[in-house]
Amino acid sequence: MIKLAETLVGLFVLAAVACLFFLAFKVSGLSSYHQSNSYELTAAFDNIGDLKPRAAVSMAGVKIGQVTAIRLDTKTYQAVVTLRIAKNESIPEDSSASIVTAGLLGANYISLTPGFSDQYFSNGGTITDTHPAILLEDMIGQLLFSMKKDDSKTDDGSDASTNTAVTSTAVSS
Amino acid sequence: MLTQVQRLGRGGIRKLLIVGDAGIVLVQTLFRFPKLAKSFPLLLKQLYAIGVFSLPIIIVSGLFIGMVVALQGYNVLVKFSASAELGQLVALSVVRELGPVVTALLFAGRACSAMTAEISLMKTTEQLASMEMMGVDPLWYVISPRFWAGFISLPLLTLIFSTVAIFGGYAMGVHWLGVDNGGFWNNMQGAVDFRLDIVNGIIKSLVFAFIVTWIAVYQGIRSVPTAEGIGLATTRTVVWASLAVLGFDFVLTALMMGGW
Repeated sequence: MIKLAETLVGLFVLAAVACLFFLAFKVSGLSSYHQSNSYELTAAFDNIGDLKPRAAVSMAGVKIGQVTAIRLDTKTYQAVVTLRIAKNESIPEDSSASIVTAGLLGANYISLTPGFSDQYFSNGGTITDTHPAILLEDMIGQLLFSMKKDDSKTDDGSDASTNTAVTSTAVSS
Repeated sequence: MLTQVQRLGRGGIRKLLIVGDAGIVLVQTLFRFPKLAKSFPLLLKQLYAIGVFSLPIIIVSGLFIGMVVALQGYNVLVKFSASAELGQLVALSVVRELGPVVTALLFAGRACSAMTAEISLMKTTEQLASMEMMGVDPLWYVISPRFWAGFISLPLLTLIFSTVAIFGGYAMGVHWLGVDNGGFWNNMQGAVDFRLDIVNGIIKSLVFAFIVTWIAVYQGIRSVPTAEGIGLATTRTVVWASLAVLGFDFVLTALMMGGW
């Protein structure tokens, strides 16, 4: 009886420890990017929109790293974003970084577009070619503004329709 | 008018005395490990009675709560075509709030009430007094193992509850409602932070475990030694423990959300 109780208590504790590991690695994704298996890059953006630390960094849609820090450079008034990239992912030095939104209302993440250089980024490199975030609010504002302008013109609807089409493709992309 | 004020003051002083008395009982219980080798089997027995036997109710209710959260969340999220965020919704609500709070409430009802009833019946039948006569310290032999077993069990149960609830939400969301499997886990991992969410959940459950078992042990040892007194003490344990859990949950959440 006592033996059974001891065994069950041991199993209970082990089960709880297993649950802790599950919560740490499967639920919060703790393992991903440590100092040892990754390197750091920085990129300066004019506007980062709604980007947060821990946002994903992806290339061709594959997640290869995450944002670790965001700060404001008070000389250039740009947002300096620190990225941590998995060590086995080599990125050409002329790659560009842009901030995009997952879906229409999803979270922002950084998408890297590979360049053609044979030189690869090493730890502490800086991505110079950056594209700021596209803000949905600004776009809607522009759309409304251009529609109003077209209404007052009232000569033909072609201008307005092209504007709308351009904006809607931008929104959906 | 003056008697009213007097009564208020008397009530306040009495409450304060209870808190002080509970504090003394707690200190006496906490520092009762004179013979560690002899204490361990007692603790093990209580862990078995309190922790292992609470597992069925914890697992079953965790499964159902995860499934209900997934079902409710899905119906709202699908309106905004954001059903892939379901994993995030289930994981965050379970790990941060529902896990620690519901487990503590169930634990108060399932284990703490039994603890109080057991101790107060021992007191009523003068088992505690006769132990003292035999030179066995009842605080060491009866109270301390129960307190430590409760304090250790509840955080472990909370971890199991959260895991089972997330699996319940996963089963409901992915296998029944047809949410994308990759999106479910990926959104969850993106949103849940180990330090901010999971460690804070564990801190919460440690605090709840401390308070809930403290109340149970205190109510048991200070119960009125009659049949009526046992019932009253058990009721008080469940009521006070539940209220304390919900109250402290608010305080802890406010502290943790405030960037602490």
